[in-house]
Amino acid sequence: MLALLVGVAAVIARVRDLLAVAMLLGVYGLLSACLFVFMDAVDVAFTEASVGAGISTILMLTAVAITGRRESSSLYRSSIALVLVVLTGGLLIYGTLDMPYFGAIDAPANLHVSPRYLVDSLREIDVPNAVTAVLASYRGYDTFGEVVVIFTAGIGVLALLSITREPKDSDEEVDALNEAMHDKHLIVRVVSKMMIPFILLFALYVQFHGDFGPGGGFQAGVIFAAAIILYSLLFGLSTARRVINKPVVRVLSGVGVLLYGGVGVISLLRGENYLDYNALRENPIDGQHLGILLVEFGVGVTVASVMMIIFFNFAGRREHLLLNKDRRE
Amino acid sequence: MVLGLFNYWAVVVLMMIGFYIVITHGNLIKKMVGLTIFQTSVFIFYISIGKVDGGTAPILEEGIKLYSNPLPHVLILTAIVVGIATTALGLALIVRIREAYGSIEEEEIQHKDDLA
Repeated sequence: MLALLVGVAAVIARVRDLLAVAMLLGVYGLLSACLFVFMDAVDVAFTEASVGAGISTILMLTAVAITGRRESSSLYRSSIALVLVVLTGGLLIYGTLDMPYFGAIDAPANLHVSPRYLVDSLREIDVPNAVTAVLASYRGYDTFGEVVVIFTAGIGVLALLSITREPKDSDEEVDALNEAMHDKHLIVRVVSKMMIPFILLFALYVQFHGDFGPGGGFQAGVIFAAAIILYSLLFGLSTARRVINKPVVRVLSGVGVLLYGGVGVISLLRGENYLDYNALRENPIDGQHLGILLVEFGVGVTVASVMMIIFFNFAGRREHLLLNKDRRE
Repeated sequence: MVLGLFNYWAVVVLMMIGFYIVITHGNLIKKMVGLTIFQTSVFIFYISIGKVDGGTAPILEEGIKLYSNPLPHVLILTAIVVGIATTALGLALIVRIREAYGSIEEEEIQHKDDLA
């Protein structure tokens, strides 16, 4: 599996056609997701499958569509770089010789903190999925920081790519475009139209079942956004704009972060530490459950809306550039 | 016994492929792809560290004694989503560079800057 992964990476380095590179990167993402399953990291595999093989491929493809798929053939000082890379790699491999073997139970990384999480989390938090317990409760601070980073990246993309004047498409134009696409992509459209409700439902399942099985706000948000993105890929950006209200999505991306932060403030007001969910209810376990539910929901909302913001701004930018080009010609 | 380190070596090779792409290719999108490969190699490294022989996924259940380490999973799970958000930001910058310079090749951009 790892050898396959290295092979794909090597091909990516050689291929000059950026379109092919973007597709290969999707393959790479899916392969690494499989690898994560083998190494027991089901939550991570879930995320990587939806992000690496789904959203990131689409983003790369959109970016390539805007900037052109050809790459110039000249390499920049490739011989010096090769020496440097081999040297660094050699040093790193020399470093691994001191590492404990793969799968060793007495590796230092497995001796601290994590036994406590595994042994005590059922008693303290009563959430079977240890990853969710650690993510939302023990390391709640950390996760809050990550959500803020995602939110900030969303703002950044918005600032860089948003278009002040959106094209106002008349209903007839949208309908005409819809018709044209209908003939071209009939089968894909019918099949995905049947699947999209289920994808959305699945996202909600992943969101609220994350306490018991693999899943949680991050995965659910990405899957939810993927359904919307699939819809707009197949039914056109203008149709999707009718369904998705952009200002609402923007507000929602902030609401998620505020919900997360708000839970922390409430526990502060109740006289405990920030993001200490024990304070939320009389019974600490109930408090933990409520806190994790709310926090994960906040994460899901922010991630889903930021992913949608990112996609719609990329696609909208492309449409805008194409329109301008048409007008000039 | 040598096989015990195979995962880490594969990670190093992946990382170096990513690094090589970043430093030799002038195309900005290709550079982002290289960074993504580099980043994924770090993810695989973390997850490899957390794997315990004979353990299962860390979803607690009666009758199972051995679990893999959940902590790296948490770190990497959030890192993946943050990674895609920052990649998107990078791609957005590339799109703007392309609009301003008409190219995403490093040398051409440098050339245009020198002329101006």
